[in-house]
This record gives sequence, structure tokens and C-alpha cells, in this order.
Amino acid sequence: MQPFSIVSGPAAPLMRQDIDTDVIIRIEHVNVPRAELGQWALEPLRAPGFVLDQPMFRGAPILLTGANFGCGSSREHAVWALQGLGIRCVIASSYGDIFFANCFQNGMLPVTLPETAVVSLAEQAARGANVTVDLRQCIVIAPDGTQHAFTLDPVRREMLLEGVDELGLTLRSATQITAWQREDALRRPWAIPNSAGGGSVNTDPLM
Amino acid sequence: MARTFFDRIWDAHVVTELGGGWVLLHIDRHLLHDLSGGPALADLASRGLTVSRPDLCFATPDHAVSSAPGRNGETYTDGAKLYATLRDRTRDAGIAFFDLGRRGQGIVHVMAPELGITLPGTTMVCGDSHTCTNGGLGALAFGIGSSEVVHVLATQTLRQQKPRQMRITYDGHIPFGVTVKDVALHVIGALGAAAGVGHAIEHAGPGIASMPVEGRLTLCNLSVELGAKMAFCAPDQATADYVFGRPLAPVGDAWEMAVRDWAALRTDDDARFDKEARFDMAAVPPTITWGTSPEHTAAVDGVVPDPRAASNAATRDAWQDALDYMGLRPGQALRGTPVDWVFIGSCANSRLSDLRDAARVIRGRHVSPGVQAWVVPGSVEVSDAAESEGLPSLFRAAGFQWREPGCSMCVAANGEIVPPGQRSVSTSNRNFVGRQGPGARTHLASPATAAASALAGAIADVREY
Ligand code: SF4
Repeated sequence: MQPFSIVSGPAAPLMRQDIDTDVIIRIEHVNVPRAELGQWALEPLRAPGFVLDQPMFRGAPILLTGANFGCGSSREHAVWALQGLGIRCVIASSYGDIFFANCFQNGMLPVTLPETAVVSLAEQAARGANVTVDLRQCIVIAPDGTQHAFTLDPVRREMLLEGVDELGLTLRSATQITAWQREDALRRPWAIPNSAGGGSVNTDPLM
Repeated sequence: MARTFFDRIWDAHVVTELGGGWVLLHIDRHLLHDLSGGPALADLASRGLTVSRPDLCFATPDHAVSSAPGRNGETYTDGAKLYATLRDRTRDAGIAFFDLGRRGQGIVHVMAPELGITLPGTTMVCGDSHTCTNGGLGALAFGIGSSEVVHVLATQTLRQQKPRQMRITYDGHIPFGVTVKDVALHVIGALGAAAGVGHAIEHAGPGIASMPVEGRLTLCNLSVELGAKMAFCAPDQATADYVFGRPLAPVGDAWEMAVRDWAALRTDDDARFDKEARFDMAAVPPTITWGTSPEHTAAVDGVVPDPRAASNAATRDAWQDALDYMGLRPGQALRGTPVDWVFIGSCANSRLSDLRDAARVIRGRHVSPGVQAWVVPGSVEVSDAAESEGLPSLFRAAGFQWREPGCSMCVAANGEIVPPGQRSVSTSNRNFVGRQGPGARTHLASPATAAASALAGAIADVREY
């Protein structure tokens, strides 16, 4: 995973609210290899003159967008598709929960700022001026130099800064997990599927 | 300190604290489906890892398989590889796979409760946002992304932060012609599609106590359209009665112990929530969506709203875009709007009670000429139960197609689409742009309203049927 510290560049303003993951990447394309998803990103919105197709914003590393971005279905392809366009950071006033979590699994930074700040950034960025996102200081710097501070969970911030993913970390806790499961089997024998007090493992539980 | 239902289950699943409010949370049940299951198992293998607890994983193909009568895994050719990957990789991993044509196959969130895979007091995930459906039985169930699916496969845990908590309290009885689906749409319309973002929602109150378990599953299903991470109803006697005797439910001493444990899963009277809302179900009309977000709702005898009446510019633009897409005018009556398709199915409304609701409306009547009407039962179990009540022949006689279990036209991932520009009344849970196919115009409604609309050939008020 690519670490994230500072990203600076054009910020494409796509100021619509509730852009859901079905719009970010249509269901027909979930079979497309990850590296090729970018061409289908935001397909339903791509009328002539669409902001991300304008030369000024092609490959823009930052996306400015409306509230509740990434709501809807859980598909992680939505993050991959945006990455396929070159986007490394999204700035919005709120996000769909699963999309938000998926970003951190893939080195994408979702910045949460108040709606007024996003609108003001979008106005300034509309002519292609550079916006800077500094994760070390947790600030977004507008083209006119205004600084917008944002907050981010420290654990997630660290993961992005270092470029590590969650699974690598958790695998180190394997013995702890097995110990917990052993105790839990005594505490809650009923939670083992098909349990008659002792539990059973069966790949065909209906037989 | 006062604790909620949610606190009790959450705390009992913490394997270890990770600092900064993060915990390693044990996951008791993991559902896999064709869209995300096979690719995740392949991803796991490519990292040199194996499935840590195959006995806690359950798989079935639902999204990308055809629902045509007599279908097999290759009938929808674009989904054939996903189907085969899920089948082969789950077999190799020792994961239960409920194949097409056999008991247990169906939409993941329909088959899991009815097999007893879903149990009160457990944690449950699936690479699908409507996993919250299972909260209807009192499980903490939530949708996760692909990387998290791999994480659970490898470790049977997730790194999580506790969400905020919200309670929605329901009073009163559901009026004639109204169903839990109408209540759910009404609530989403009133609170907005982002009201639950970052929250776990407990549905509570006398309205839940008197709500049949299948209705609770529908209510929790729709809760993700409030943006909620998960939603649930604390288990009660009705829940225990529902679970008892299901194939994978505990039996004997384990059952006795389970019931005792579940009875302790309560929200304390003095517990506090970050957010509260309250609804009187007696005041809910048959409700339908007019736009492209589940929050775009109106009473079925109401009118399409005027974007100029929106409270802010962003909402006004969203409404205008929605009306343009849906081909509707402000002030237009919804009732009487001609319909081309009716879809009764999806994990929101494809259980036996839903099919009975629709069947009651159509009995002895016929679908309007020019309307394509489909019933896609949620699972083989539902389909078999419906068969024993004679529902398939009743639907067929009325001019419906009776199809094989799966997601079908809810998401159109299996090529079953509403053609561009055509209007559909659907019992599913999402009316997003293009959800039922590019250019398709979706109105979300209850099975009863959908059935009435099929008969009328237009959006109809089921209270007149
Ligand atoms: S029925 Fe629809 S909402 Fe439910 S799991 Fe399938 S595609 Fe998702």
C-alpha cells in the first residue's frame, strides 16, 4: 500500500450530494480487473463536459464532493475505481460508512470538512488551482492559502502514513484470538453452529 | 453504568483493545455470496493464507445467477465464473455451500435467518450492505468491504470502533393496507438517508413487540438506507419461537442456555442514546418513493414534490435531477402513474409473509396487459413453503412469472434488468439511478402496493383493493 503524507494538485469539484457506490461503479463492472476500473468510474454521470473528463481535472488527485458520498452498496470497487482515475483523496462533509472504512484499506484519504468549507474549496478549485492535503498536519490548504484543519482517527492516520493494512497487524494477534475462542466455546456453547452442547463442524449442515 | 442491548453484545465480543477506541471484535458468523465471496477467497489464497474458521462461514450464490425457471449456475453466462469460483473455493476451504436447487440456497440475508445461521446475541458480517437485515433477530450484523472480508476469513475478527447509538421507538398499530415496508420507507423519508450514518440503530418500543419477526427483518434491512452501520431489535419470545427448531439452531442444553443468555440482552431503562426518534405507526400511510434516493418518499395518494419547496439548494438540485431521471412533474399525482414492470422480491421483501401479502391482493384478479410482473422468492425454503400453500399457481394464474430464488432485478447483477426509461414498482430497497438497469425508473413500495399496481397497470393504492 502506498503511504500517504502530502498530496497537492488539482481538485475536481463534483458538488452533488448522495453519490452512491452504484453511481461510482456500476454493478456490471465488478468483474473488471481492479487496475482497469477507472475507465468506468462515475459512468452514469459522464455526460459531455463532465468535470473529471475536462483536461484540467484529468488525473486530479483530489475530489471535492457533496454530503453522504459513497453511500449505498458495500462494494470496495468504488474505492478502486476512483483510484483508477488517479484520485488519492476525497473531501466531503460526510460519507457512507462502509465506503469510508474501505478507503483506509486502500491508502485513500477521505477528509471530512464542514459543507461551507467544501463549497468554498470547490469554488476556488473550479479553475484548476492546486489544493494541498497534508495528512501529517491534518490540514487542507485552499488555493488562496486558507487552511482548513480536519480531524482523523489517530490509528487510521498512522496506517495511511505508514502504508500498512489491517490484516498484517491482526495476524500478529492469532494466539490471542484462538484463546478467546476457546473460552467463548465454554461461555457460549450455543454459538457454535449446529450445536447440541458440544458443537460440530460439518460442511453440509443440512444433511 | 446503564448499558444498551448493543453495548452488551459488543463488549462480549471484544478479543482485545487496540487503543484509540479500536477493538479487535470477534465475528461469530460470516456469510459469503457469489459477488464477493469467491474473489475474497482467491485474494486470501494469493496472500498465502487460509480460512481460519470455515465452520463459521456459510456461502450461497444469489447476486449473479439467473432467476429463470430451470436455471443453473451457467444460465447467466457472465456470472458463471463467479458461481464456479464460489462453489469450488468454498469446497476446498471446507465451507458450507448451499448450491442452486437445494434447501438453503437463496439471498444470503433471507436464507441465514431461516436456517438458524443467524442467532440473537451473535456478531455477523457479509460483504454486502444489507447484512443488517439479520439484526431483526437480535444479531449485531453489518456489511463490510472486500478487504474486510479477507480479514475475517483469515482471522475471524475485525478491527472496529464502536459506532454511536441511536434508538427509534415505535408506537401504535400498523393500519389496514400498510406494512412494515411502508413504515420503513416513511421513517427514511422523515429522517433522511444520512440520519443513521455512523450509528447502530435499535428499533424498539411497543410497535416492535407486536411486529412479526419477518417484519423486523424487513425493518432492519431498510435501516442501511438511513446510513446506519447496523440495526437490530432486541430478541423476545417471538424471536426465540422463530429460531427454535431451525436446522442450525442450538438444541438441548445448548438451546436452554441460549434462551437464558438472550433474555439478558436488554437495554437498561436509564440507558442513553446519542440520537433518538419516535414514530406512531398508526399514522403511516401506504408509502412509495418518487425519486432516486430511498428518502424520496410520499404517501401513495400524495403528489410528486416541487423542488422549489426544498429546504436548501443542494436538496433542490437533487430533487430536480431525480424528477428528470424519473420522468415526473412536480405536483403530479403518484397514484395512476403508468407502470411497465412490477418486481416482488429482494432481501427486503421476499419472505413468505411478503408473498402472502401480495397474494391476498391478486387473488382472483389479473395483471394489467402490458405489465411484466415477477415474483422472485428469497430462498428455496420460501419457495417450497409458498408451493405448499399454492402460491406459485395463484401468481401464475394472475399473470405473474414465478421464478427461482436470488437477488434478480433488485440489483440487476444477473442481467435481469428493467429496460431504459421503463417504470417499475419494486419491493426492493434501492431506487438509485440505474439500480435496476441503466435508465430504469424504480419506485420502492410494499409487496401489497406492488401487487395492486400490477393489477392496475399504474401506481395504485392497495386500500382500494
Ligand atoms: S436482494 Fe438486493 S439488496 Fe438484497 S443482497 Fe441481493 S442485491 Fe443486495
